[in-house]
Amino acid sequence: MPEFAVVAHDIVRLFAKGEVRALDGVSLEVPAGQVFGLLGPNGSGKTTMVRILSTILSPTSGSATVAGFDIVKQPNQVRRHIGLAGQNSTVDENLTGFENIRMVGLLNHLNKDFVEAKANQLLDDFNLSDAAHRTIKTYSGGMRRRLDLAAALVASPPILFLDEPTTGLDPQSRQDLWGIIERLVEGGTTVLLTTQYLDEADRLAKQLVVLDHGKIIAQGTSAELKKQMGATVLALNFTSSDDAVRAQTLLASLSATPANLDGTVLEMTVDNGPAVTADALRRIDAAGITLGGLALREPSLDDVFINLTGHKAEDVDAPAPTGRPGRRPRKANA
Amino acid sequence: MSTLPSPVSNHSALRWAISDVLTMARRNLLALFRVPVAIVFMIIQPIMFVILFRYVFGGAIPIVGTSYVNYLIPGILVQTTMFGSVGTAIGLAEDLQKGLIERFRALPMARLAVLAGRTVSDLFRNVLILAIITGVGFLVGFRPTGGVVAYLQACLLMLIFAYCLSWGFAYVGLAAPNAEAAQAITFPLIFPLAFASAIFVLVSTMPGWLRPFANNQPVSQTADAVRGLMLGQPHGQSTWIALAWAIGAVCVLAPLAVNKYRKVA
Repeated sequence: MPEFAVVAHDIVRLFAKGEVRALDGVSLEVPAGQVFGLLGPNGSGKTTMVRILSTILSPTSGSATVAGFDIVKQPNQVRRHIGLAGQNSTVDENLTGFENIRMVGLLNHLNKDFVEAKANQLLDDFNLSDAAHRTIKTYSGGMRRRLDLAAALVASPPILFLDEPTTGLDPQSRQDLWGIIERLVEGGTTVLLTTQYLDEADRLAKQLVVLDHGKIIAQGTSAELKKQMGATVLALNFTSSDDAVRAQTLLASLSATPANLDGTVLEMTVDNGPAVTADALRRIDAAGITLGGLALREPSLDDVFINLTGHKAEDVDAPAPTGRPGRRPRKANA
Repeated sequence: MSTLPSPVSNHSALRWAISDVLTMARRNLLALFRVPVAIVFMIIQPIMFVILFRYVFGGAIPIVGTSYVNYLIPGILVQTTMFGSVGTAIGLAEDLQKGLIERFRALPMARLAVLAGRTVSDLFRNVLILAIITGVGFLVGFRPTGGVVAYLQACLLMLIFAYCLSWGFAYVGLAAPNAEAAQAITFPLIFPLAFASAIFVLVSTMPGWLRPFANNQPVSQTADAVRGLMLGQPHGQSTWIALAWAIGAVCVLAPLAVNKYRKVA
């Protein structure tokens, strides 16, 4: 295994006859043996990047190697070294859990006896033994994701692509999946994870890139990004929007980035929460403004985006470039 | 891991391609038998046609040289295998819609195994339907006199015809936005072929402007050949014409479907 499991250089992908730039020059290097996070809101290009790196989709321009193999010139070698699982859990609903893993194993050209033994072992590892011979139709959302991941692991791929593996899952199922991913990395697997959750990226990923509109807008370790984003969000609630507007001017010098004003709520990202809060309260009091409420909290992905781009993550409203609009509604995250 | 048997088998690329096609076909058949409604519909529809034409319309349809039931059943078998190949369109559209084809694209499997596996499983399904409808035919009075070998030859001809056609429906399945649309698109394609044909009635009873089409189109040629073989009657060159149609069709339709498969997803 080379030092970098995945190296991508200036990947561009256009959709809808060039009208949509899903990826606009993305370069990244994923070190072997750790979790690399691709963070971004819906429509930022995360899923398109994973589809390109896993050879499902070809890039419009740019180049990439996965496990040292070129994704365009050596797709079959790439496919032998990767596993793919994610939000669009692509298991066959009419097959049982065992049959799904068996199918993926055989299509990976593994020996039948090996595949069957491995399928049972994976079902056991992922706590699916009791449901092994039930059709996927009867599985819960969390069970489907676990099975999808188990099937992706049947050929023990050194590189795993996980596309929003916990989106839409309940908290317990998320925790379970995080545990599984951490154990895989301990075993030497490289994981490229896409997520829209900051806590997930924070918990799992050593290195992160933040994507927006198909471009990388920030990268570094989780700690570096947090520092860049500001450690804390100060949220102030006023009794009228006029007061909030006045306070925005009063407090502008307290934060390196512009505050976000939404009705009567003013939010700003600050480095030293308690000290800045005390300062802010003094200024508000001196101006004779009544404060309705106050909170200090950890930054969310929204805050990251406001900080880095000046707009909210939900405002990103690029069409889902699946290549065939409206075809696969569950593929909305591109 | 140490307790597991050796992971990799060393086979040639061709052997892996065949193995991939069979894995896909097996998966399709497993899924088929898990959806009882689909199986019931697949068998009920041709049985309804048999009953409808044998007992409701049959008495009003003039036939020369044999009984109507003997004329009808070979035609119904051709129609049923042709309708059976529509399943290729529906199955592929579903796989595409559910994102399964994407999953398959990230696997080191033979590229064409998704299409070939689907057409092969639909071929197996047609074998099953042929056996069942033959049984139903015997129950309603069908008495083929052409002998067992000719009967099997006729079945083989129908299967080849339907298999070649299913490559066309593979294209439809890949081009349609979803399974329902795929089914809707196939209907106007097969309706004129099935009904403006020698399946249910003699073409000579049709108006003059329709006869040239009805006489020469591939379904009529196949029906004439199948009927001739099953009943031991002369049927001219229709077997060869039907085969030529089938092979000509697959030569055009298979590259279309393959090309479409490369483009989707």
